[in-house]
Amino acid sequence: MKIRRSIKDPRGESELFRRRAVVGFVLLLLGLCLLVSRYMSLQVTRHNEFVSRSTSNSVKPRVIPPARGLIYDRNGVMLADNVPAFRLEVVPEQVKDMPALLVELGNVVPLGQDDLDAFKKQLTQSRRFDSVPLKMRLTEDEIARFAVNRWRFPGVDVVPYLTRRYPLGGLFAHVVGYVSRIDADDLDRLDPARYKGTSHVGRSGIERSYEDVLHGTPGYELVEVNADGRTQRVLQTYPPIPGKNLYLSVDVRMQKAAEAAFAGRPGAAVAIDPRNGQVLAMVSVPTFDPNLFVNGISQADYSGLTNDPAKPLVNRVLKGVYPPGSTVKPFLALGGLEYGIRRPGDTVLSTGQFCLPGQTRCYRDDDRGGNGVVDMVRAIEKSTNTYFYKLALDLGIDRLSAWMSRFSFGGKTGIDLLGESEGVLPSREWKAKHSKFGWFPGETVIAGIGQGYWAVTPLQVGHAVATFAGRGVPYQPRLVMATKAVAEAQPQPLANPPSGPSLIRKASDWDVINEGMRAVITSGTGKDAKLNDGFPYLIAGKSGTAERFSRKSEAYDTNKNTAYLATRHRAWFEAYTPADDPQIAAAVLLESGAWGALDAGPIVRKIFDAWVVAKGGVQPVDTSLPNPATSSPSPGNQAVPAEDLPAEPSSSDEATSSDGETP
Amino acid sequence: MIGAMQVRLRRFLRRIMTRPRIDLPLALGLFALATVGLITLYSAGDESLALVGGQAARFVLGGVLLLLISRIPPSTLRNWTPWLYAGSTLLLVVVAVLGEGRGASRWLNLGVMRFQPSELLKLTMPMMVAWYLHPRQLPPGWKDIAVVGLLIAIPAALIAKQPDLGTALLVSAAGAFALFLSGMAWWRIGVLIGAVGGMIPVGWHFLHQYQRDRVLTLLNPESDPLGNGWHIIQSQIAVGSGGIFGKGWQHSTQSRLDFLPEHTTDFIFAVFSEEFGLVGVCALFVLYAFIIGRCLWIAMEARDTYSRLLAGAIGMSFFVYVFVNGGMVAGMLPVVGVPMPMVSYGGTSAVSLLVGFGVLMSIHANRKTHL
Repeated sequence: MKIRRSIKDPRGESELFRRRAVVGFVLLLLGLCLLVSRYMSLQVTRHNEFVSRSTSNSVKPRVIPPARGLIYDRNGVMLADNVPAFRLEVVPEQVKDMPALLVELGNVVPLGQDDLDAFKKQLTQSRRFDSVPLKMRLTEDEIARFAVNRWRFPGVDVVPYLTRRYPLGGLFAHVVGYVSRIDADDLDRLDPARYKGTSHVGRSGIERSYEDVLHGTPGYELVEVNADGRTQRVLQTYPPIPGKNLYLSVDVRMQKAAEAAFAGRPGAAVAIDPRNGQVLAMVSVPTFDPNLFVNGISQADYSGLTNDPAKPLVNRVLKGVYPPGSTVKPFLALGGLEYGIRRPGDTVLSTGQFCLPGQTRCYRDDDRGGNGVVDMVRAIEKSTNTYFYKLALDLGIDRLSAWMSRFSFGGKTGIDLLGESEGVLPSREWKAKHSKFGWFPGETVIAGIGQGYWAVTPLQVGHAVATFAGRGVPYQPRLVMATKAVAEAQPQPLANPPSGPSLIRKASDWDVINEGMRAVITSGTGKDAKLNDGFPYLIAGKSGTAERFSRKSEAYDTNKNTAYLATRHRAWFEAYTPADDPQIAAAVLLESGAWGALDAGPIVRKIFDAWVVAKGGVQPVDTSLPNPATSSPSPGNQAVPAEDLPAEPSSSDEATSSDGETP
Repeated sequence: MIGAMQVRLRRFLRRIMTRPRIDLPLALGLFALATVGLITLYSAGDESLALVGGQAARFVLGGVLLLLISRIPPSTLRNWTPWLYAGSTLLLVVVAVLGEGRGASRWLNLGVMRFQPSELLKLTMPMMVAWYLHPRQLPPGWKDIAVVGLLIAIPAALIAKQPDLGTALLVSAAGAFALFLSGMAWWRIGVLIGAVGGMIPVGWHFLHQYQRDRVLTLLNPESDPLGNGWHIIQSQIAVGSGGIFGKGWQHSTQSRLDFLPEHTTDFIFAVFSEEFGLVGVCALFVLYAFIIGRCLWIAMEARDTYSRLLAGAIGMSFFVYVFVNGGMVAGMLPVVGVPMPMVSYGGTSAVSLLVGFGVLMSIHANRKTHL
């Protein structure tokens, strides 16, 4: 190389370059000649042809946006439909003086500040020859007044369109979601060919995650226009293909019952069919009216929603993360069986206190003095912390988190909605990422009762209990069960095969946990809630009362005032029914509930009641649960007299899985 | 310290103002082109002064940058070259990872403005090839050709993947011209062209569906009346109806009645052809040829290999713009996003072109001294 460089010949190179530059310039002149010959053929040879085409050029293609697919519940009740409306559109290119036009137009059709702001924003983002919507949903009066004055406003037109309506308002706001006006960011993301002429796009919920299915394909028509660009007549139409209709697996009656059962208390509920993963109800309280978003929400409404401390816009089912408390215990017990760490008959002595050897720190049971000698079934029934402290230690944190991750804790369940939170599944890896300390054995202990680093979404709990109820066969939760294109006679079911093999190896393992969860309802922590009274099927479940704050003192909290406890506790209840052949599983979270079974339990029961009604089975009996009752008791079926429950829990055998680490 | 810097900066600016080191014929050619561009834009943009003013402001900005860069000696540019090339290629990678853009990620959002790193490569690519070939024995052998090929291929692939075939084409052309001008043997050129030609059927499979559609619509424009087919048909009607002498300034019916989409940007040359006819088209082509020829003349006069190759490559890649845009407007080439230089409305392109000419001015100022 060095030798070659030394014989570099500047003069020769320069000469070489000179020759090349000349040759290059000649080649490029030839290229220009080629172009000129093409222009000659267009402008000279075929000049007459193009002149006549130019003068008769009055046909323009105009896009016809597709109608958005409709959304129904599982029985065909309309959840989202399209209603015809009219809007005012302006083509900026045809307007000489925009501010003057807006003032004059405002005298004919009242324009709000929100309309003007949105219009000006979109004006800067769109091309000058694309029409920009100015005011949506014109009234008939406004249309008539504009029609009379139309000649004064070249470039302004009234355009018919289909607007989205959610007849059930807030009831499905978190499930169906809503559409809203396409903005600049969407323009970057969306295929311009498919979205020509479309003003709205799915923003949240099903509307967002199934946007591709719902949207459809635009068509176009060839129209003859005059010199002002106004349409004279339509020559030919190529119709658009409407988006597909969606059928949700949710039942409106169950959804209503679930929402009513919350009576406005913030929380979330989800009910899943364990046999196929179909979501039967999904409620996040409080909610909001999705119709507000469709035609541009006003600033006042929007800040009202975002500043509300109850956060109505957040879908708590998939985005709310809470400590799971005792709800994880049945799954952990199952892990003990599957890993061969526990046999069902193995017993543990619960004395009210569990201490790690060599440590002065101890972990408490919820009942002073403990539950005595407990086996697996009884440990679930009484929610005995000591049993699960030991089990967690014997499993070790690695096996514990490996096992629980199979229920989708610490990961996404794969539901057909966007924005699922993953929560936190305690593990060495998680802690290594978030802390400079290593893993402590004490952290394994409290992980056994769903406290510590644990954080789960109500959907994860619902998915876990459904997976268990379905004898360990996991299904990704699904809201949409079928789609129907206009051309199809019948809705086409969407397949949802199991997402993996069963988690359970032996049927007898399932029976043990099931027995424990049955006992919770009949004689355990859920007994006082009388959840099975008057219900035609056997219910199995598990309560959870997770602490929102860590305990400050060694002393047992003696304040049994429910209102006080509600400020400290998250109330969980998970359940399924019928216990011998589970067909529905549900998880309910109350953000401020005193006790899992007494506060969250009745909501699960209300969902199950509505499920039985929807099934057309035996009518359940209302047992006047401590909730504003919404379902009326059906007369003639009253097998067990309704009984008033005490306002406060009479005993403390509702186990709280306390974060009982005391210094 | 700051005071001293201010003094130096002021002196530097004064030197630029009082003794601009520019090549007058080239500057006049560019000025004429900019004038034609603004006149056409005024008509195509429906007498919108805002549009013309915005474009004029870009020309002014580009002109200032041209003057600034003309002060940087080519030897300094050469020293910076590897860093500039690496930096701009790195930006392409960044864009590929977190860019944004309409269906294509080619923009980098800087908060105040969005900018397209691929635009930088139009200049840094020929700089890098020239830098690489500068100390080498010329004409280059296979080894050097392979290295240059790699230098071209990496950024070009990143840009093509954005996907922005038009810019990828311009960038690779700029690099390839430097290689051509370095005296690469004709038989080697033949072998390379043959190899690239053989790759076309393979490359077809790597194109996006919409890119294939663009090529196919060229063969049958009626098949796509809502998209590019409509562009092609309306553009040809505009050009063809212009005839030999054109319909006259501000008399283009195609754009006025809104039949021609994008008539201020990629398809502005159709408006020009409609208004000024074949005579105008030929006149403009002569102007372009003059500018390119002047660039090549400056290149021949340049002091060293680096300057020669760089100046020649910048000039010749200017031709690619004209050819691709002119061919697209006439329905001869598929619709790709390549503007007509200095005539199409749009920010980054006009500015980056003028920056390129700033480099040429610098090379001219440091030309060989004739005895």
